[in-house]
Amino acid sequence: MHIIQKIGLGIFIIALALFTLSLGMGKYQLSADSLDISKEYHKKEILEKAKVNGLLDKRYDSNFAFISDLKKTLVDAQQSLEEKAKDGIPEGVYEWDFRMGNTKDYMFGVVKSASVGPIAQNPIRWFMLTFGLGILGGLLYILPKFISLPGIKNNAIYHNSLTRGLQFNIRSIFLGLTIVGTIIYGIFYMNHNLLWPAITAAMVGLISWLVFFRQGSKENNPQRSASPDITGWLGVMTGIYLIGFYILLYWMPEYITSWVVMVNPLSLSLSGNGASQWFLYGTLYTIIVLVMGIRMMSKYRHNVYQVVRTCSVMFFQTAIAFLLPEILVRLNQPYYDFKNIWPLNYSFFFDYNLDTLTNSGGLGLFMLVWGLALMIIGVPLFTYFFGKRWYCSWVCGCGGLAETMGDPFRQLSDKSLRAWKYERYIIHGVLLFAVVMTLMVLYTYFTGNYQVLIFNSDSVRTWYGFLIGSAFAGVVGTGFYPLMGNRTWCRFGCPLAGYIGLVQRFKSRFRITTNGNQCISCGNCSTYCEMGIDVRAYAQRGQDIVRSSCVGCGVCSAVCPRGVLRLENSSIDVDTRTDALRALHIKDGEVTLMQ
Amino acid sequence: MHIAIIGNGISGITAARFIRKLSDHKITVISAETDYFFSRTAIMYAYMGHMRKEDLKPYEDWFWEKNRIDLKRGFVSKIDSQNKQLVFKEGANMGYDKLIIACGSTPNKFGWPGQDLDRVQGMYSMQDLDGMEAASDKNLKRAVIVGGGLIGIEMAEMFHSRHIPVTFLVREDLYWNAVLPTEESKMVSKHIVENGIDLRLETELKEIIDDGTGTACAAITNKGERIDCQFVGLTAGVHPNIGFIKESAPEIEVGKGILVDEKLETSVKDIYAIGDCAQLRNPNEGRRPIEAVWYTGKMMGETVAYTVCGKPQAYNPTIWFNSAKFVDIEYQVYGTVLAKAPENHTSIYWEHPEGRKSIRIVYDNKTSEIVGFNLMGIRYRHEVCEKWLKEKTSVETVLQNLGLANFDPEFYKEYETEVVKIYNQQTGKNLQLKQKRSLTAALKFLRKAVGV
Repeated sequence: MHIIQKIGLGIFIIALALFTLSLGMGKYQLSADSLDISKEYHKKEILEKAKVNGLLDKRYDSNFAFISDLKKTLVDAQQSLEEKAKDGIPEGVYEWDFRMGNTKDYMFGVVKSASVGPIAQNPIRWFMLTFGLGILGGLLYILPKFISLPGIKNNAIYHNSLTRGLQFNIRSIFLGLTIVGTIIYGIFYMNHNLLWPAITAAMVGLISWLVFFRQGSKENNPQRSASPDITGWLGVMTGIYLIGFYILLYWMPEYITSWVVMVNPLSLSLSGNGASQWFLYGTLYTIIVLVMGIRMMSKYRHNVYQVVRTCSVMFFQTAIAFLLPEILVRLNQPYYDFKNIWPLNYSFFFDYNLDTLTNSGGLGLFMLVWGLALMIIGVPLFTYFFGKRWYCSWVCGCGGLAETMGDPFRQLSDKSLRAWKYERYIIHGVLLFAVVMTLMVLYTYFTGNYQVLIFNSDSVRTWYGFLIGSAFAGVVGTGFYPLMGNRTWCRFGCPLAGYIGLVQRFKSRFRITTNGNQCISCGNCSTYCEMGIDVRAYAQRGQDIVRSSCVGCGVCSAVCPRGVLRLENSSIDVDTRTDALRALHIKDGEVTLMQ
Repeated sequence: MHIAIIGNGISGITAARFIRKLSDHKITVISAETDYFFSRTAIMYAYMGHMRKEDLKPYEDWFWEKNRIDLKRGFVSKIDSQNKQLVFKEGANMGYDKLIIACGSTPNKFGWPGQDLDRVQGMYSMQDLDGMEAASDKNLKRAVIVGGGLIGIEMAEMFHSRHIPVTFLVREDLYWNAVLPTEESKMVSKHIVENGIDLRLETELKEIIDDGTGTACAAITNKGERIDCQFVGLTAGVHPNIGFIKESAPEIEVGKGILVDEKLETSVKDIYAIGDCAQLRNPNEGRRPIEAVWYTGKMMGETVAYTVCGKPQAYNPTIWFNSAKFVDIEYQVYGTVLAKAPENHTSIYWEHPEGRKSIRIVYDNKTSEIVGFNLMGIRYRHEVCEKWLKEKTSVETVLQNLGLANFDPEFYKEYETEVVKIYNQQTGKNLQLKQKRSLTAALKFLRKAVGV
């Protein structure tokens, strides 16, 4: 390792340690001035209860103690308002401005506004010490890679504890715990409504039964699923860290206010508003895509396709997903990510989004039409011309993260036939769920009726957001990078990928061409396919690759040592793309190429 | 009918797969090396940490049972062709109705003193991979590789990937220049050096020194230099692995390899030989009797499957092609490109200023027919080149349509215009490139060939 790289790694570790430790550095003091709540009755009641409970103006050195006392105060305030509501709500006041719904809604905001510690006093300094040093360390580690000769550099990936993956049974433990944990937490999340957690558990059982027993893959050796012998513990630790991050981000943001406070100045300068946990996430996400995008370019700089593609995901994440929506907010327009498409953008048809777009004048209507047009015309059209890659590995934010931060983990995708069976059921199941949920939500929007058959459309949509939007896309989607590869969400879960994939499979000019008989079955293509496609199985028999899951990242072609694979488009054989076996084969008494 | 196949390499396995496609015969594949088929050409990637050993297996383990291909681990010590029995070293016999021998090659050793010491080996088998892995310990300060061929450079790259210093002894004055034309040889030689590998040209191994414990500790070159090292890789080519046949089945006629006719049948009825171990009695014009490469093994496997299933086929490998990768430089060849060009061959050679890409097009200067393509760091379409070569297309037609052959990834710069320019300079003509890289055009061109 280059000396500069060692220094960079050191700086990065320091930054990561500071970032992590900063969570425990917050000091909290709730004061009447700092409490930022717009609903007067709520604010008054909370302040009063805070006073009664001795919370007001008391300085806390630990967020656990503060949050626990605050919880009590919020519950007290809620109950007190309920009591008062029995006596009648003041005239001219809406019920929801008087009664407090979920106390959790106030938790994050109050904790953030009560932050008074060193980070709150000097957020920019702390931003530089964590984000800034992290970027510096990362770049110092990455930039010397540009000195080495260009070419495929996959040396020691399977010798490295971070990127080696894990043993099959340890992976199974992670998967099992995640599924069980999600369902149990989901029961609490749904306020002890067991219907949806029970349906989910039944679906897990059904899919496992279909794959394991009905299709007889029980005995199949999981050799291509995970590491056979050794587990990369650094990877496991990284996975746990990421999973922990997502759990805090989605469900306990009050514990990460230190981080949110750090990005507050940036948020103020962009949108004029204070930062939420989502702004923190967006900032972190964009920085990682940019820094790791530079790493991607250092690794594949001999490959123009990879360089252009990486620039594209860096651009779309930074400009379209991160900056533009913040600027729109500053201009008093709706927050809108122009490249996000239903059903990945599952809240597009939610009442609040439709209301916002239809009430925001010309631009809002344009956003509505744009979103519909992308979904109905854009997806099939672009996919017909360029394949799924136009979105998944060139534009999409999830894809952007997977192709940059996720690149070191692409080899960990499961290539077994069994994984493919799971994939088909799960991804199309999620697509179906997204469609049904959206139809119910729209039914409610247009009729005002929440009851759809036996289901409540509001709880369907809450459950979808929890299970698919947060647990699957976030916790598993990124948390599992070092455990099951960088496209776990895209491959098994993303409903948009499912939709685009169907178009790619049945009507597209795109395919990966196999170059005649040149394949030596080495397996680099399969190993580095992030979508777990057994590319070699096609290449070695001279068949072109047309798979709904292929995101067209082009890495199979890049790592092929014999120049066998090429991503390309042609309209003259759209319906017969997979027919030609290009390897030498005997037919009717002669050895021929092609049919 | 029971068809036994000795060897689970690419030839034997291809034969087994195609026999299953064509018939319901009982198939047994025997190997002393591994339980399952693996890609021999990918061994290096397991050592370098690009892949796991498991990833070398092109088929999942359940594949064989599902396709009713029995795998047997064992070493055949004797073939009793009279009684159609195989005798295993471990004991026990196995009857067969037809036998396919696909037992591959074994690395050459030229009687160097010390060639059988510990930490001296070739790179061919799974056991060789394990040997290299075991030898790559703290004591390994330098490895010496002997023999400037494809395996030699792979072995050098393997050690280099683990930051183990390598000295690479090459007998010729440039790397692999018995096969590559001078310019390409120079390019690869330069590339080896720029990777930090200690390349010694015109240097041969004279002796390997024993450290007193039966382990190699130094190599002496023919120039008298002593190179301290803790590993010596012997990669001076391979020869057919027919030792056990010579001893146990003298009725099977052998030369350097097992002699076979055009149906790949040996001198004994119902015994066939394919792949590296087979020697063709009458090879096609311009082809060698033994071609120890992946692709010919694959073609032989398919051909012999038809023959044993009652649809006899003559082995016809058609146009020569091959490929390799020299550290970071990919190499493809189609047709005939000779290191020492005969008088009637003229080359059009273009090289990128950075010296890691080149295109060579060889044609017959008497007839103007295209003869071969040699590509470094550039990918060409197999089928397009093959069609041009088969049809003996004129070099000018090829040059004007050269984009049809380009198989580089999208956005890659195309250099076909440069090639045409060089032809124009050489001949004083004014040819223009008419066709750029295009799948649609290539498909149209190829479909005309098969009348679709």
